[in-house]
Amino acid sequence: MGPLVVNEIISENTNLLLAFFVGIAFGFVLEQGGFSSSRKLAGVFYGYDTVVLKVFFTGAVTAMLGLLFLSLFGWIDLNLVYVNETFLQSAIIGGVVMGAGFIMGGYCPGTSFCGAAIGKIDAMIFIVGLFIGVFIFAEGYPLWEGIYKAGFMGSPRISEFFGVSEGILALLVIVAAVLMFWGGEWAEKKFPREEY
Amino acid sequence: MSENRKSNYMNPYLAGVLLGLVVIAANFISGRSVGASGAIKSTIIAGVETIAPAHAESATFYKEYTDGHKGNPLNNWLVYQMLGVLVGGFLSGILSKRLTWKVEHNPKITSRTRLLFALGGGILFGIGSQFGRGCTSGSALSGMAVLSLGGFISMMAIFGTAFALAYFFRKLWI
Repeated sequence: MGPLVVNEIISENTNLLLAFFVGIAFGFVLEQGGFSSSRKLAGVFYGYDTVVLKVFFTGAVTAMLGLLFLSLFGWIDLNLVYVNETFLQSAIIGGVVMGAGFIMGGYCPGTSFCGAAIGKIDAMIFIVGLFIGVFIFAEGYPLWEGIYKAGFMGSPRISEFFGVSEGILALLVIVAAVLMFWGGEWAEKKFPREEY
Repeated sequence: MSENRKSNYMNPYLAGVLLGLVVIAANFISGRSVGASGAIKSTIIAGVETIAPAHAESATFYKEYTDGHKGNPLNNWLVYQMLGVLVGGFLSGILSKRLTWKVEHNPKITSRTRLLFALGGGILFGIGSQFGRGCTSGSALSGMAVLSLGGFISMMAIFGTAFALAYFFRKLWI
């Protein structure tokens, strides 16, 4: 049955309309979770507020399990679902640069749109920065095209890479997430902060 | 100033489950997941094609995009989805009475410092999201949902680097 647009159950235009509604739900949940506040987001890196860790990993585990079960019931063909390509060097460089941007700016792109939506001026300035950054990458592309395309590994799933079944890997991810939640709850008691 | 304690955010684990359901819905509908930086890339490409069409035809970055995509770059899943994020965030802000114009910052730094670092952080995140082929949403969260190795590597690198640098930027936050 799913993915609906790939199986031509809905048209491309319907797909784009539904994208708008998925976006509304995405923005609503992020804002309700507190992701519109840079000081809440940055809290995870100092232990005083680990909402990022809790929401992010609960979300990742829910999505991972949901897709595996939908696939098991035959409701979605996971072979038709996009799996991000892996370019080793570029993924690491990108992650490091984004991590630096995160601790300086206090937002990531999705959350900055949430912050901007409720009037956070720092989030709007962050978004201006995003546009400048993407433009710099685009204009300087010939300089880093080599490294951007190096280390191509296809679109492996972590389970394939380590040669374990998806179920076993999902279980490991859940155990890791629970340990992190426990660590997060501990950190919030250890580094409490009433005013922020 | 203890606004975050008082302002009734949703339980984070409940918000996480709902976030996961959003990611499942996106995959079920379109075969791809949520993302944010891709919408910015599409907007930049559309802007350059409009303002400097000759440049968009000659520079490699824009040419590679137009070779792989037909039609207007703005007519794109992620662009509509990010417009939705603005609406959804706004609705949530109304519901929870959080709509205010303000520069949110640690009282130990000035608004000006906060905005400078927000700009710098945004620039870095913009550049990094292109190398990472997606940001925290498109690469890390969506990647984890489909167990993508690349998404996992980006996620570890994002959070690992931010933790490693946290000490040096502590005055901004604590």
